[in-house]
Amino acid sequence: MKLDDVQRIAHLSRLELNQAEAEAVLPQLQAIFSLVEEMQAVDTKGLEPLAHPILFIRDLAQPLRVDRVSESDQRAENMLSAPAQQDGYFLVPRVIE
Amino acid sequence: MSWHNTPIALMAKALAAKEVSSTELTGYFLDRIEAGKRWNAYLDVNAHLSLEQAKAADALIASGKGGKLTGIPVAHKDVFVTRGWKSTAASKMLDGYLSPFDATVVTNLGIPSETNPSGAGMVCLGKTNMDEFAMGSSNENSAYGPVLNPWNAQYVSGGSSGGSAAAVAAGLAPIATGTDTGGSIRQPAAFCSLTGIKPTYGRVSRYGMIAYASSLDQAGPMGKTAEDCAMLLSAMSSHDPRDSTSLADSGEDYGRYLNQPWKEGNTNPGKPLEGLRIGLPKEFFADGLAQDVANSVNAAAKALQDLGATLIEVSLPKTKLSIPVYYVLAPAEASSNLSRFDGVRYGHRANEYRDLGDMYQKSRTEGFGAEVRRRILIGAYVLSHGYYDAYYLQAQKIRRIIAADFQAAFNQCDVILGPVAPDVAWRLGEKSKDPVQMYLEDIYTLSTNLAGLPAMSVPCGFSPNNLPIGLQLIGNYFSEARLLQVAHQYQQASDWHLRQASEVA
Repeated sequence: MKLDDVQRIAHLSRLELNQAEAEAVLPQLQAIFSLVEEMQAVDTKGLEPLAHPILFIRDLAQPLRVDRVSESDQRAENMLSAPAQQDGYFLVPRVIE
Repeated sequence: MSWHNTPIALMAKALAAKEVSSTELTGYFLDRIEAGKRWNAYLDVNAHLSLEQAKAADALIASGKGGKLTGIPVAHKDVFVTRGWKSTAASKMLDGYLSPFDATVVTNLGIPSETNPSGAGMVCLGKTNMDEFAMGSSNENSAYGPVLNPWNAQYVSGGSSGGSAAAVAAGLAPIATGTDTGGSIRQPAAFCSLTGIKPTYGRVSRYGMIAYASSLDQAGPMGKTAEDCAMLLSAMSSHDPRDSTSLADSGEDYGRYLNQPWKEGNTNPGKPLEGLRIGLPKEFFADGLAQDVANSVNAAAKALQDLGATLIEVSLPKTKLSIPVYYVLAPAEASSNLSRFDGVRYGHRANEYRDLGDMYQKSRTEGFGAEVRRRILIGAYVLSHGYYDAYYLQAQKIRRIIAADFQAAFNQCDVILGPVAPDVAWRLGEKSKDPVQMYLEDIYTLSTNLAGLPAMSVPCGFSPNNLPIGLQLIGNYFSEARLLQVAHQYQQASDWHLRQASEVA
């Protein structure tokens, strides 16, 4: 991993790192990835990835429910923690000039 | 009456016999919380709301409609969203956040109502401190300061459920909820001398549990005894249509085996665990395990042997690899889960920004702490083009091997026994400079989350400087009631779980 990679993944993550911060975090990430490299020695040929532990013991069907309105109007409560709002809408910077 | 030393099983009897009211109990613990602020165990307390719930619980008891847990106070880890109490996951990102709904765990334990007829009737005491978004092993990653260990204020409480652990250990709650993604119930329980259990993945609903790594996150109880944990888990666990990974066969009485011998029909009172085969994985006792921890864990194994169990050596060959596998998969899931925090509908928004993109970026950078940012970066890297196969998929394939290794071990034994952590609690600040050193501390707990198995922590001794040591018991899928049985039998024959921190009045 290089400094360029750090800036690239920071951008993908929508995080801001200035040069000094990127340089500080690089050796930490490199140390973590030197640990992660130990995985490469394991022979996993023919193995299926396990995304979810229960899939190891049984098939999980996608649970479905009847398409019915179950929630009441909670607009006021949903707006309680809005950082900015106007007329009952979430307010964001202008995106279309 | 010193209610803070009383297990909830006895508290329930006192409530039923009208020896004490829920209002009195709740007031008692609220006073202790006020006097015990130095531990930094709580992030939000609202005496008015708690006492209102206590009043409702007392009315239920008076009208004969109370259940086993009605009126008993409980503290919730701040990862569970709650109406009324702020829900922050100990992050600046969610500072002051007011949830429009309760997590299913909170509903299941809460005061029954028309929309929640099966609520257990417990009283919420408040929200406990934790590592930010449950990422950490020492509670030093909280945006609101570290939790101090009630056994010695110079030491960490463990993490990420460190606030819940300290709250119970300091007598600021009789029992608490926690969550465990890589050891976050078991390790703080071990560091603070509590009993805690992480059930099989899917037993407890994740609805309203602020997500860290969804295929690993699982909630459970942290209390004084295995019996208390069985009572709380029975009420926490349910099938929840709002969580797609909630298992249909979840609700059960996890305390049903507590006072029974392991083998049905065994009438030898001195050997209740006859027939139980306990496996000791040799990798859990290898280099890196502190001698005092090894001594206490071996003594506990011997005590179980005295109760009739048989000890055998087993092997979990990929134990060491569980660290890199976990620190690829958990950050990958975290980077995806935490992408929802954009400063638009809730959460922190930066004061100044050029445009929408800049608003996202500045809000996220300001809102997340260093460890959370680090894990998001790792996750983005392992999921990015060109690295996905080598890191993310490879980790998921090794995850399958780890799960299979456990099944091979369970062919030889019923329960696996080992330490919870390689060492006792460390000094505040001792490991916070080096993330890798902190990650290595999780070696014995990560693999059960990767496999989705139930596991628990049981107090089994103290180091020479009087810091608690935890015994880990791991069971096969859905064997929580059996694990709790073994722990309960051990607690009938030992008194480690009854000891109180001397700093706690």
